[in-house]
Amino acid sequence: MNSRPRSTLRRDAIGLGLGVGVFGLSFGALAVTAGLSLWQTQVLSLLMFTGGSQYALVGVLASGGSAAAAATVAWLLGARNTFYAVRLAPLLARGPRRAVEVQWVIDETTAMATAAEPDGRAREAFLLTGAAVYVFWNVGTLAGSVAAGLAPDPELLGLDAAFPAAFVALLAPRLRADPVAGAVALLGGAVALALTPYAPAGIPVLASLVAVAPVVLRARRTSPTPDVTPGLTPDLTQRPTDGGTG
Amino acid sequence: MWPLVLVSSVGCYLLKLLGLAVPQRLLAGPGARAAVLALPVALLAALILTGTFGSGTALVLDARAVGLVVAALLAWRRAPLLVVLLGAVVATAVTRAVL
Repeated sequence: MNSRPRSTLRRDAIGLGLGVGVFGLSFGALAVTAGLSLWQTQVLSLLMFTGGSQYALVGVLASGGSAAAAATVAWLLGARNTFYAVRLAPLLARGPRRAVEVQWVIDETTAMATAAEPDGRAREAFLLTGAAVYVFWNVGTLAGSVAAGLAPDPELLGLDAAFPAAFVALLAPRLRADPVAGAVALLGGAVALALTPYAPAGIPVLASLVAVAPVVLRARRTSPTPDVTPGLTPDLTQRPTDGGTG
Repeated sequence: MWPLVLVSSVGCYLLKLLGLAVPQRLLAGPGARAAVLALPVALLAALILTGTFGSGTALVLDARAVGLVVAALLAWRRAPLLVVLLGAVVATAVTRAVL
């Protein structure tokens, strides 16, 4: 592939940032609708800065789940960033800046940095994407939460349907990228629905994790050779704007 | 609500920081990789279904199901996020107004 000039990287980063800004907009609106204050919503986007976890946290709260269940779901979804950080560790600055830059380790930056690796521009791609996504995600959050504060009764508008719809948009690229994902989704969803009448809100969502066990056991049995992370973001490296969860 | 916001946020940041601290081979096994791919899929599916059919501890079939079907169709056709959200919201609101 040709070496891509800096301006192309910057344009890609801003394009991706704009897409993420739309996610931020809907996150801000949903969080305020679920009962968080404008400041709490903004602090989530500034400090947590990982979209899937933020959506899940607010989604569990909106369905009446406990704070403990909401935090646990957020952490479990955020655990994939641990794997991304392992992958991107060699790119990050040394010294104290390292602890700041690691905050930008998310789906989008991992996808863009690994895609730019063959050109030797991985660090540049990481920084440009990280900056663009961080700014647009937070501006989007602010705009969404301000707009939601002005809206009337959310149920009347059908806004309660926006949560599952947002999760559908996040799930769709994963179903396309991974052939076993459909089975995991069916099993996890079925477990959660089956437990809903018997367990407090939030617990059925956590219980869906049993669906991960068969996949892990199978992977251990079939592929004994470890192979570090290139396959972690198959969906995102190809289509960085398609359903990144931040 | 503030303790939840702060504790969950700091936890998510520490999960990122953890990736810089652990030895590479610890997370490189096929089991760990499969888990990290499957984890969000199971959680998202559970969030979708409980958010659509759950009402407290009851399972109900109401206008939200129509919104889910519309969202799934739009997402499958690779519609942009905003279109998926608006489609689901409008379908739900219209169904609710008609029923």
